[in-house]
Amino acid sequence: MIKVRNITKKYGATIALQDVTLAVKKGKTVALIGPSGCGKSTLLRIMLGLVEPDSGQVEINEALLSKESALEIRQQVGYVIQKGGLFPHLTAYQNCALLPKHLKTSKDEIEERLQELCDLTGIEIGDLSKYPSQFSGGQQQRISLMRALMMDPPILLLDEPLGSIDPLVRYDLQSDLKDIFKRLNKTVVLVTHDLGEAGFLGDEIVLMNQGQIIQKGTIQSIVKHPNNEFVSQFVKAQRNHLEEIE
Amino acid sequence: MKVLLFIIATMLIHSSGLMAQDPIRVGSKLFNESVILGEIITQSIENAGFDVEYSDQLGGTRILWNALLTDELDIYPDYTGTIVFELLGETEPLTIAEINRKIEVFGIQITNTLGFNNTYALGMRMDHAEDLGIEAISDLREHPELNFGFSNEFLNRADGWPGIQSTYNLDGSNVTGLDHDLAYRGLENENIDVIDLYSTDAEIDYYELKVLEDDFGFFPDYAAVIVYRSDLNKDVQKLLGNLEFTINEADMISMNADVKLKGIDDEIVAYRFLNGIFGIEITHQSDNRSDRLKETTIDHLILVGVSLALAILLAIPLGIAAFQFKKIEQLILSMVGILQTIPSLALLVFMIPLFGIGTIPAMAALFIYSLLPIVRNTHSGLVSMNNGLKESAVALGLPKSVILKKIELPLALPSILAGIKTSAVINVGTATLGALIGAGGYGQPILTGIRLDDTALILEGAIPAAVLALLAQWFFDLIEKRFSYPT
Ligand SMILES: Nc1ncnc2c1ncn2[C@@H]1O[C@H](COP(=O)(O)OP(=O)(O)OP(=O)(O)O)[C@@H](O)[C@H]1O
Ligand SMILES: [Mg+2]
Repeated sequence: MIKVRNITKKYGATIALQDVTLAVKKGKTVALIGPSGCGKSTLLRIMLGLVEPDSGQVEINEALLSKESALEIRQQVGYVIQKGGLFPHLTAYQNCALLPKHLKTSKDEIEERLQELCDLTGIEIGDLSKYPSQFSGGQQQRISLMRALMMDPPILLLDEPLGSIDPLVRYDLQSDLKDIFKRLNKTVVLVTHDLGEAGFLGDEIVLMNQGQIIQKGTIQSIVKHPNNEFVSQFVKAQRNHLEEIE
Repeated sequence: MKVLLFIIATMLIHSSGLMAQDPIRVGSKLFNESVILGEIITQSIENAGFDVEYSDQLGGTRILWNALLTDELDIYPDYTGTIVFELLGETEPLTIAEINRKIEVFGIQITNTLGFNNTYALGMRMDHAEDLGIEAISDLREHPELNFGFSNEFLNRADGWPGIQSTYNLDGSNVTGLDHDLAYRGLENENIDVIDLYSTDAEIDYYELKVLEDDFGFFPDYAAVIVYRSDLNKDVQKLLGNLEFTINEADMISMNADVKLKGIDDEIVAYRFLNGIFGIEITHQSDNRSDRLKETTIDHLILVGVSLALAILLAIPLGIAAFQFKKIEQLILSMVGILQTIPSLALLVFMIPLFGIGTIPAMAALFIYSLLPIVRNTHSGLVSMNNGLKESAVALGLPKSVILKKIELPLALPSILAGIKTSAVINVGTATLGALIGAGGYGQPILTGIRLDDTALILEGAIPAAVLALLAQWFFDLIEKRFSYPT
């Protein structure tokens, strides 16, 4: 369970986040959506203590995030960034095994877990000896997801996890992700640019603009009852061109 | 690591010596005459049954004088004028007795003159001087038509041409400045009639020159003497005394010519001289080229290997510290930067009071020189890590130390290796200067080659040094390849 209270973050004159308050219940998925630069990634970073807010608090599973608690909290959170963030000097296997090895997980357990995750994400287990640059963008993101899931963390923070994946694979992966979230009962915050994806994966959608939360709710409430002109513009801009053909 | 310890151990044994009695330590300067005199001193002491350690062709008067002061050397040959003007900073000449009174406080003494004076002089072709009936400098006044060709230094020094001209009231209308070696050739093909020279130059015999008598006594005395520590073994002091008044100008000129123009080995020239005077018999073993190359290679490898290894051991942690602690980042980077700006020769000289002469001070200087490229590249390699990777590493929940070891350092490795490679190449080149303070290595044949004007000898040092630099580069390229990953 995640609680974010009155978070404000400025970069010089730029206000990245202004008085943001948000709660994600255990087992629920929240989809963060909004125009580029509205503060989505910054909010995720603050939840992990990667960036320190100017004011406000973060609570993860009842524990207040601080310098002292950060390490332990991070180990309970899987984090996947836009470009995957795989370490280029380590094989896919070594990337995934980094944290488990540090936590003294046995080799057998690691390999067993990797087999499960490969089945889940559709990566060939034999390919894990390859280096990140030898995978496609979509495969890299799946491996990145595997790395985040290795220690089976209760919380997942995903920053555009399906950003560079082609529509067909993306469609399949969206179903797989939803399945993973629900089956494993994960608490998830997921950033996406696609309202459809947000609606499909998210129990709740949080629409942001210029560092503030503009509207929260289900996909239906946002599409049917936009709070203001910005929300209706945003929804309109997301209309699929295919719909217009009919 | 074991290899390193072994090298250090051998080196210590090598430099401290395992003899019961400490050897007598003789030094000499970079030019032929000094090397020959040092050789004469060495052999005459050796002949009396003492152990002698001869560090020939060291980098300059200051280095030798300081080595005597700090008890790194016992004996070296010098000239009264150099001691009076250069070392004591006097403006008027002093007698040998006066010099000894002045340097007593340093625990240093000099012998009486060895019998010759190596000072500035004016010279002409022997036949030309005879034709004109010129014996002394004052005779030049009768011949204002003569062309003078002087080295630029002589032209400008107060104790050179300007002083001579006013003391002897000479006409100065036909004076040109030119390089010393060209002056001899100019004299030979009769473009020039009078040149400046040192009174024991090897070329005096070769070109059949007449050294004009300084009949007004203008040029100060540069009498050759032996400088030694007052605490030197009394028997050895007596041996040095035996050399007083044994070498006249003609002897020295011919010994200089033997070495420089006839290419005879210093040791043989010195031996022949001693044999002629004292009937000394020494079995002389001359070393061949491949033995010499083996020795200089080992010396050079030890110099470079130890200094570089120690530099790596310090520089990588320093680079990491600069990266991790913002407070000392600038301090570390500018400190190693400043060390790098000290001229290499100056750095070598600074090391003498701390470590004496020989291998250790040269290693210390090379060590200091090797720091900057490694520190800077370690730091910049760590700093330049991709933000997303850094973020992912932290987000995984790994502690700082693990991130450094497993992610940051491996990613910075190419940059660190490039720094080590730069240091190694610079180090191999700079190590040749180590010979100036008696550290041996490839600088030894280079210095000797320059002194003797012997290109083959210069190449004997320069080529292996270049090869070693290439090998070092190749070696680190190989390591880099070993750790590379597909990108
Ligand atoms: N390290 C930083 N230094 C300065 N400004 C920053 C920094 N990180 C983010 N910002 C600024 O804060 C604002 C929010 O950035 P953020 O990355 O959170 O946006 P985003 O919503 O994730 O955008 P996108 O959809 O393009 O990824 C932007 O204006 C950005 O320029
Ligand atoms: Mg973003």
